[in-house]
Amino acid sequence: MTQLISLFQGGIMFGTVILYGATGEILTEKSGNLNLGVPGIMYMGGIVGLMSVFFYEMNNPAPNKLLCILIAMGCAFAASVLGGLIYSILTISLRANQNVTGLTLTIFASGFANFFGGSLNKLAGGVGQISVATTSAAFRASLPFAQDLHPILSMLLGYGFMVYLAVVLAFVTNWVINRTSVGLNLRAVGENPATADAAGINVTRYKYLATCIGAGISGLGGLYYVMDYTKGTWDSDGGIERLGWLAVALVIFSSWKPKRGIWGAYLFGMLSWLYFYLPGLTRRSMELFKMLPYLVTVIVLVVVSLRRSRENQPPAGLGLPYFREER
Amino acid sequence: METRKAIHMVDITKTFGEVVANDKVCLDIRPGEILALLGENGSGKTTLMNMLSGIYLPEGGRICVNDNTEVIRCPRDAYNLGIGMIHQHFKLVDVLTAAENIVLGLNEHKLIDLKNVRTQVKAICDRYGFVVEPDKKVYDMSVSEKQTLEIVKVLYRGADILILDEPTAVLTPQETEKLFAVMRNMKADGKSIVIITHKLHEVMEISDRVAVLRRGKFIGDINTADTNPQQLTDMMVGRAVSLNIDRPEPKEPVERLMVQNLTVVDADGVKRLDNVSFTAYGGEILGIAGITGSGQRELLEAIAGLQTMEAGSSIRFMPPGKEEVELVGKSPLDIYKLGVGLAFVPEDRFGMGLVGSMDLSDNVMLRSYKCGKSAFTDRKTPRALAQKIVDELEVVTPSLNIPLRRLSGGNVQKVLVGREIASEPSLLMSAYAVRGLDINTSYTIYRLLNEQKARGAAVMYVGEDLDVLLELCDRILVLCAGKVSGIVDGRAAKKEEVGLLMTHLEEEAKA
Repeated sequence: MTQLISLFQGGIMFGTVILYGATGEILTEKSGNLNLGVPGIMYMGGIVGLMSVFFYEMNNPAPNKLLCILIAMGCAFAASVLGGLIYSILTISLRANQNVTGLTLTIFASGFANFFGGSLNKLAGGVGQISVATTSAAFRASLPFAQDLHPILSMLLGYGFMVYLAVVLAFVTNWVINRTSVGLNLRAVGENPATADAAGINVTRYKYLATCIGAGISGLGGLYYVMDYTKGTWDSDGGIERLGWLAVALVIFSSWKPKRGIWGAYLFGMLSWLYFYLPGLTRRSMELFKMLPYLVTVIVLVVVSLRRSRENQPPAGLGLPYFREER
Repeated sequence: METRKAIHMVDITKTFGEVVANDKVCLDIRPGEILALLGENGSGKTTLMNMLSGIYLPEGGRICVNDNTEVIRCPRDAYNLGIGMIHQHFKLVDVLTAAENIVLGLNEHKLIDLKNVRTQVKAICDRYGFVVEPDKKVYDMSVSEKQTLEIVKVLYRGADILILDEPTAVLTPQETEKLFAVMRNMKADGKSIVIITHKLHEVMEISDRVAVLRRGKFIGDINTADTNPQQLTDMMVGRAVSLNIDRPEPKEPVERLMVQNLTVVDADGVKRLDNVSFTAYGGEILGIAGITGSGQRELLEAIAGLQTMEAGSSIRFMPPGKEEVELVGKSPLDIYKLGVGLAFVPEDRFGMGLVGSMDLSDNVMLRSYKCGKSAFTDRKTPRALAQKIVDELEVVTPSLNIPLRRLSGGNVQKVLVGREIASEPSLLMSAYAVRGLDINTSYTIYRLLNEQKARGAAVMYVGEDLDVLLELCDRILVLCAGKVSGIVDGRAAKKEEVGLLMTHLEEEAKA
C-alpha cells in the first residue's frame, strides 16, 4: 500500500512536468506548428526561472516567498515565450523547415541552459551545487493540513500548487480550443490554413500567438522540474530533455486533446517510475521497464491508425508552412 | 441605357515571377447578372477573381465596388464589401461540421453559438432551395454537398457578389442542373454571380453575359444571347478552332483485354469493384464513365498491377502477335513491359506518375532507368525523348532542366500523357487526362488518343465530361458504385441515358 501510494505520488510529480510540456505543445500544434523545440523550451524555462530567483535570494537575506514564486514564474514564462518567438519568426515569417528549426532550438537551449547551470553551480560555491531553498520550499508547500489527512486524501492534496495549476491549464486549454470561437478559428488554422485565410482569419497572428503562448506553458514544465522535482537545484544530466521528449510523445498519445493529456501524463509518470517499485529487477531489466511510456505511445499510435478515426488524427496542416500567394 | 456597375475593375495587373498572369485587365460586373468568365488554362481567370476576393493583391490598377475605389487586402476585406468566392478546391475544414465551417472566422470574441447559426442557415437554405445538414462533418459529405456548403457559407456572410470557380467540374449532370436552378434563384434575388468555366454549353445555358480572357489580357465581353460557342472559342483561342472531335470507325477491332469477375476490396473492407467484366478491343476507344469514386481508379490500377484482387478475378491480355497472358499476379513492371501504359491524372497531378521536384528528362527517365546493363543510368535516351515530347506536344517550358512543378498544370499533363504514349503501348489507359485543361490542349490530347487508336492500340479513357465521352469513344462502360451498370454504344447513346446509368444501381436497390 505504501509502495503504491509512493508510486502514485512519483507518477503525479513526474506527470506534471510533461503535462505542462504537452499542454503547451498541443496548443502550438493545433495551429499547425510542430515545435520539436519543446525540450529546449523547457530547459529555457527551467534555467531562467532558477537564475532569476538565485540572484533574488542571493541579494535578499529574507526573501519574500510570494515574490519568489512570481519572479520565477514570470521569468520562466517570458524566457519560454522568447524561445517560442524565435521558433515562430523562423518558421512562420521566414518559412524555415519546422522539424529542423525545432531540433535546433532544443540543441541550442540545452547548451544554453547547461552552460548557465554550470556557471550557477560555480557561483554558488561550497559543494558546487546551487540551491534556492526558500523558493523551492514555496513551490513545494502543500496545504498545511494535507499531511495529517487520510493517506488517500493526502495522496491527492499533498503537492505544491503547480501540480494543480497544470491540471487547470489543461482544462482551460481544452475549453478554449473546443468551446470558443477563437479555438474554432485556431483549429481551422491548423487543419487548413488556406481555408482559414479565405474565411478572414489572420493565420499569421493565430500561429504566432498559439506558438508563443504554447511555448510559455511548456516552459513552466521546466520550472516545475527545477523547483519541485529536483528541489531547487540544477543537474546537468539531461533530465529535462528526456522529459521534454516524453511530453512530445504525450501529445501524440493524447491525440491532441488536452483533457486526455492529463491522465496520460500521470500514466506516463507511473510507468516511468514502475521499475523503481518492482522487486527483483536487475540493472538490465530496469532499462527495459524505462521503455514503457514510449512503448505505450507506439501502441496507441498503432491502435489509433487502425481505427482511422478522423477525430484522433493530428491537425492536417501540421508541419507545413503557409504562404497565401503560393501557387 | 446607363448600366450600374457592382464591380468595376480597371487595368488590373498581377505577375508571378516573370509570368504575367493579368495584364491590364478591365472587367465590369453588373448587379443581378450571371457573368461567365471564359478563357483557356493560364489565361488568368482565377488569378483575376482571387484579387477580387482578397487572396492576391494586384500590382497595378484599381477596383471599384459600388462606385467607391477600394483596396482589398485580405479575404475579410472582400467579405466586408459583400464579395464571396467559391474556390475550385473547396476551402473547408474536413474535421469540422457544416455549421462550424460557416461561422469560421466570425465573432472572434464570443463563444460558439451554433443554435443561432442553424436557424440562420435554415433560412438561407429555404430561400434559395439548398439542403444543408448543419451537424454533418465535412469529411462525410459528397462533393456536391461540400459545394452547397461553400455557397451557403458565402451567403451567410452577406455576399451580394458570388464568384464560382469551375463549379461544375466535379458534378454530375443532375447536380449541375440543381446548381443552375439555385444560381437562377440567387440572380432573381438580385445577387451578381460570376462563373468561371471551360464548358461552353454551360455558358450558353446559364449566363447573361460572357467575358473572355486570353493569356492574361481582356479580349472582350458579349451578351450570351448574341453569340454562339464557335465565336466564343475563337475569342478564347485567338484563332479558328474546330470544335468537333474526330471519331474514325475502328479498324478491324481485335480482342485485347478481357476482364472477368474483377473484384477489389479496399483496406476498410469496402468493395471498390464488384464483379466487373468487360472486353477492350484494339483499335477502339473504350470510355469509362461514372461519378468520381465509383471504382474508375481501382479498375485501371488493377489492370496495371497496383491493386490486390480477390480470388476469381481474371484479366487476360492479348498483346498483338504474342501469346495471351494472365495479368493477375504479375508485378507492375512486368505488366508495363508487356505494353500496358497507364496515364493517370489525379486531382493534384503529382499523386501518381510524376515527381514535381524533378526535371522533365528525369521524369521521363522514371519509366526507363532500369533498362540497360551498365551500373550507370542512361541519361541520353530519356533526354532525347523528353525533347521529343516537348516539341511534339508543344509543352511550354524554358528548358528541360527545370522542376516539373514550375510548369502550368496543362503542360505537366502533356508530359505525363506524352511519356506513356511514347512507349507505344498496346493498351493505353488514361484517366482524367484532360482534367482542368483548356479546350485547345484537350483537343491535342484527344488527337493523341485517336492516333493511338489508329495505330491499333486499345485505349481506355476515363473521363468526367459526358459530352466528350459521347463524342470521342466508340463504346462507353458505365460504372456505378464499383459495378458495371451498362456498356453503351458511344455513337447511339444519349447523355441522359448515361447520366441515369451512373446513378442507376442506387435506384435499383431502392426499388
